[in-house]
Amino acid sequence: MTDLTKLTLKAALDGLKARDFSSEEITKAFVANIDAANPRLNAYVVQTTDKALEMARASDARLAKGEGGALEGAPLGIKDLFCTDGVQTTAGSNMLKGFVPPYESTVSTNLWRDGAVMLGKLNMDEFAMGSSNETSAYGPVVNPWKSKTSNADLTPGGSSGGSASAVAGDLCLAATASDTGGSIRQPAAFTGTVGIKPTYGRASRFGMVAFASSLDQAGPITKTVEDAAILLRSMCSFDPKDSTSLDVDTPDWTQSLHKGVKGLRIGVPKEYVVDGMPAEIQALWDKGVQWLKDGGAEIVEISLPHTKYALPAYYIIAPAEASSNLARYDGMRFGHRAAEAKSLTDLYETSRAEGFGNEVKRRLTIGAYVLSAGFYDAYYVRALKVRRRIAEDFDKVWGQVDAILTPSTPSAAFALGDKQVDPLTMYLNDVFTVTANLAGLPGISVPAGVDSGGLPLGLQVIGKALDEATVFQVASALEDAAGFTAKPEKWW
Amino acid sequence: MAVDVATVRKVAHLARIKTPEERLEPLVQELNGILAWIEQLNEVDVLGVEPMTSNVAQPLRMRDDVVTDGDKIADVLSNAPKSADGFFVVPKVVE
Repeated sequence: MTDLTKLTLKAALDGLKARDFSSEEITKAFVANIDAANPRLNAYVVQTTDKALEMARASDARLAKGEGGALEGAPLGIKDLFCTDGVQTTAGSNMLKGFVPPYESTVSTNLWRDGAVMLGKLNMDEFAMGSSNETSAYGPVVNPWKSKTSNADLTPGGSSGGSASAVAGDLCLAATASDTGGSIRQPAAFTGTVGIKPTYGRASRFGMVAFASSLDQAGPITKTVEDAAILLRSMCSFDPKDSTSLDVDTPDWTQSLHKGVKGLRIGVPKEYVVDGMPAEIQALWDKGVQWLKDGGAEIVEISLPHTKYALPAYYIIAPAEASSNLARYDGMRFGHRAAEAKSLTDLYETSRAEGFGNEVKRRLTIGAYVLSAGFYDAYYVRALKVRRRIAEDFDKVWGQVDAILTPSTPSAAFALGDKQVDPLTMYLNDVFTVTANLAGLPGISVPAGVDSGGLPLGLQVIGKALDEATVFQVASALEDAAGFTAKPEKWW
Repeated sequence: MAVDVATVRKVAHLARIKTPEERLEPLVQELNGILAWIEQLNEVDVLGVEPMTSNVAQPLRMRDDVVTDGDKIADVLSNAPKSADGFFVVPKVVE
């Protein structure tokens, strides 16, 4: 019998619909995988096995009657950033230890509406602040991939490291994730999976634990581009409960796949060649350009002159928004409260000192500094102006190109512990992804090759706002050309 | 603009994060590293540029000013560190 956990989401949905196997069977297969793998990979922070089996049986009943939604019976993992009614949600923080939301996020509500089954909650960097999953209060997630040259445990990236590791390690069919500066695309690139951040406003932020609200956006991590098109469609919706939700139709993006790229104009931005970029990344990028050229696309060299300022602007804007958003954790209404304090201020300060980890504290301190009297204009307002310059760079090239091709990350997955010494080194992980967040554009990472150590590398496609269709079209062509079939060897 | 121990102490207080004295100096180093890197934003000509606070071009939607939800006292209090008789219980604040 085939191993059901190795199926793509699309193949599993077809098999479920054809009644080749039941949702209960495939759910049990994933539960067995999680039980065996989680002590090593640490991808799940909560397993909801009873709930999963209950949901699976309900799906089987619907499928038996020939009914069911777009995701009927499909077992998924949910990033611990999405509030799930009655199931602990902590965003990887001790601050929210024991927090059980009495409501459901809109994104996960949409998934259950479409018949998906919840396997559990996935590990992540604390409040999504990190690029290696090492800031999680639950400890780091481990990447299922290992380098041929070393036995060291590797990071799956972050912040959606649990989602990426779970998909790559066959611990769910697909997973939800979120992306503020690259937190979907970088982990996808590090684990040989597909991850897309849609246009800002496509997926509702209601019930997502907030980090930087003008940048946060939900999206899926999946095994294939087609799976990403299927899952993203279910996740997106107009939601009156999110003031920045876009009142637009959600297209069927599977219609954009396998159409080739003939006649499309693909931009290659010269500013994305960064100092110290490994030759293998440049070689992969060149290969991607050649694939698209061979497919009939016109390659256009473009300039996005403010690219190098995107990361420093991000490290003002995101901490500033975080310092405002995370002010809600005061130990009064929910979250951690210190046992003893000398005064009200002392209670706030002690509760927050005990509840937050070091990276979160660092960013909240930066945020408070750049928003403080005397520095607000010099740092925060200037960063917002630079942000507009970055967005304008993109606006100017959309007349010449239909989509942009870049590497997803400046390196392959690195060893856990490698980049913890200097926060700046860690921040540079997002150098290629953060521009799409600042400008609100859709971006996808597609596995396109491996490095000399056999580790996966990704290519990124950035598109116009609300033009995920072209992003999927180009991503599908890259996927077809790359023929990426490598899988991590099971060692866990 | 580099920060010193006194500034970091003040900012940590603004952020309401108790920071032990021995943590201040390392934090000064980390913050100054990050701030020095951020300084490059000063190279960008931003004269006359409107600050970009959102990438959603549409104005914020208005909704009717009516009650659409409520009567969920148990839900609201369900994660409170301490509650009694339908209220949050907090330490005495008048000293």
